[in-house]
Amino acid sequence: MYNKRSRFLTVMVSLGLAFFYIPLLLLVIYSFNHSKLVPVWGGWSTRWYKVLFFESPEVWSAVALSLKIAFVNATFATILGTLAALAMVRFGRFKGRTLFGGMLVAPLVMPEVITGLSLLVFFISLQELIGWPAERGFTTITIAHITFSMAFVAVTVQARLTGMGQDLEEAAADLGAKPFKVLTAITIPRLTPALVSGWLLAFTLSLDDLVIASFVTGPGANTLPILIFSRIRLGLRPDINALATIIILVVAICVTIAALIMYRQHKRDLLDQQLAERAD
Amino acid sequence: MTDAPWLDHENNTPLVQIRGLTKKFGSVTAVDNIDLDIYQGELFCLLGGSGCGKSTLLRMLAGFEFPESGSINIGGEDMSNVSAYERPTNMMFQSYALFPHMTVEKNIAFGLQQDRVPKSEITDRVDEILQLVELQDFKKRKPQQLSGGQRQRVALARALVKKPRLLLLDEPLAALDKKLRKQTQFELANIQEQVGVTFIVVTHDQEEAMTLATRMAVMDAGRFMQIGTPNEIYEFPQSRFVADFIGSANIFAGRVSEDGTDHVRVDTDLGEVYIDHGQSVTEGKQIWVGLRPEKIHVSKTAPKKAGPNQVSGEVEEIGYLGETSIYKVKLKTGQLVDVTAPNQVRSRSNEQSITWEDTVYLSWEPSSAMLLNS
Repeated sequence: MYNKRSRFLTVMVSLGLAFFYIPLLLLVIYSFNHSKLVPVWGGWSTRWYKVLFFESPEVWSAVALSLKIAFVNATFATILGTLAALAMVRFGRFKGRTLFGGMLVAPLVMPEVITGLSLLVFFISLQELIGWPAERGFTTITIAHITFSMAFVAVTVQARLTGMGQDLEEAAADLGAKPFKVLTAITIPRLTPALVSGWLLAFTLSLDDLVIASFVTGPGANTLPILIFSRIRLGLRPDINALATIIILVVAICVTIAALIMYRQHKRDLLDQQLAERAD
Repeated sequence: MTDAPWLDHENNTPLVQIRGLTKKFGSVTAVDNIDLDIYQGELFCLLGGSGCGKSTLLRMLAGFEFPESGSINIGGEDMSNVSAYERPTNMMFQSYALFPHMTVEKNIAFGLQQDRVPKSEITDRVDEILQLVELQDFKKRKPQQLSGGQRQRVALARALVKKPRLLLLDEPLAALDKKLRKQTQFELANIQEQVGVTFIVVTHDQEEAMTLATRMAVMDAGRFMQIGTPNEIYEFPQSRFVADFIGSANIFAGRVSEDGTDHVRVDTDLGEVYIDHGQSVTEGKQIWVGLRPEKIHVSKTAPKKAGPNQVSGEVEEIGYLGETSIYKVKLKTGQLVDVTAPNQVRSRSNEQSITWEDTVYLSWEPSSAMLLNS
């Protein structure tokens, strides 16, 4: 009985994993395709990696732009989202708290097309009114990304703040720490895991975004998703496959490092526990 | 100065003066118009069930909550506009609230650093307090590398190292297991005596309050039911609530039939109860009489002469606890009386031993019955 069920589970898990990873595997294999046409196999070759590295400056500028936007976005979104979460969790019942809380998470459920369109309209009217932003590109995409990724950070940090309770902060205040000192000496260090995951989440969301960026971008400012998507319409060139393979590799390395860090943390926790048990 | 300033109100100014303090959370009144004086050197216990307002009162003393009305005065200073970080109080939290990202040493030094105490003095004072709580060997450890009892002592040391005028302890022993709790009770009282700091301890455990306290307050629904020394509270409770909350008590309704200067007679279902000391009661008024189970004498032989303070009944249940036994005795009126008696003789088949359905005679000293006004 138990065996039967576990075989069923094994099959399901294998199918699920296959569904996720076969497309990625195909992408990697086809990045070594010699043929100029993506779906036609023309034998093994590293031709498209050479093309990618030496003949595709527009791909690299798109990568650079995407990374720059993602970095600035993640940093600002983390700061603003954390402040919003602090207001929600640590400032008691202020007037308009429910409304603020609702508006804070609204971007999570708002269709991207609407966010993108509204921001585009906003930027155009702003340009007519005060002449800024003079042209759409890096600045407008970054601002647009901050507006929605901030909500994700706020939710992450809010959960952590609620979970960790107020005891430690009260204890610090009780021991004579002024509010700002409490924030820097206790709250922020305790929040670090949430801040890191919030930052990474914002970074990834920005790197990923196609819809909102397409609305608020201007001439010449192509992020990587915009570039890849436009290539699909113009006919895909296999150097994108090569780039995708490199990205998969980078992500895999990052995930491995994260897993190693978590494993070490877990081992340290176990060690602490053992020390505590033997302490008396 | 006497050894116990709290017993000599005329010649001592209280360290803490609370007047008309009220705190509401929405429509719930957590603390309801209370007055309280606490004197230097006291170990004062606030005792009550959950939700009685004892923690709220403590948090108002610490400055984490501010009252709707009334005032708190500590050491002659009004605390109405003083934030938690400026008060001469320190608190030991029920969760201990140790900073997990700091070592024991840094946890304890934190409070001194906020006061900009010179570094060398910080080191000395931290070492001194670590010695007091016997944790010198653990100062480089993080809180999560300590046992429960050790964490409790770090929390105590961290709160004490600033030499506060008033130390607030929220259920300080609740997180320890039973055996360790009993041992720590005495340690805590010893440390308090050594450092001479005034302690206010919140607890729901009456045994803990009785062991620790110089004086205690029994709280219910945001009010003080009674304030007194553990002995006063146990031997002279003023209400049915207190008599029943602290220890256990058999309570009977009655009416005062005679109110003398040195004695009181009350008619109850138990028959006549005679009390050999005067109490402020009104003749003919409804009153309650409380009798502690251990103060009732149980015997199989009938008393020699009729009189007050005795009644007979039938043993309905026996609970054997080893050192004592609890007898539930059913009176003719159908009421059950709890009686505890030490098992002085080791015999189960002895003729003298009391067993189920025996008729027994209960009696008590004229000083034993407690008069309860409400």
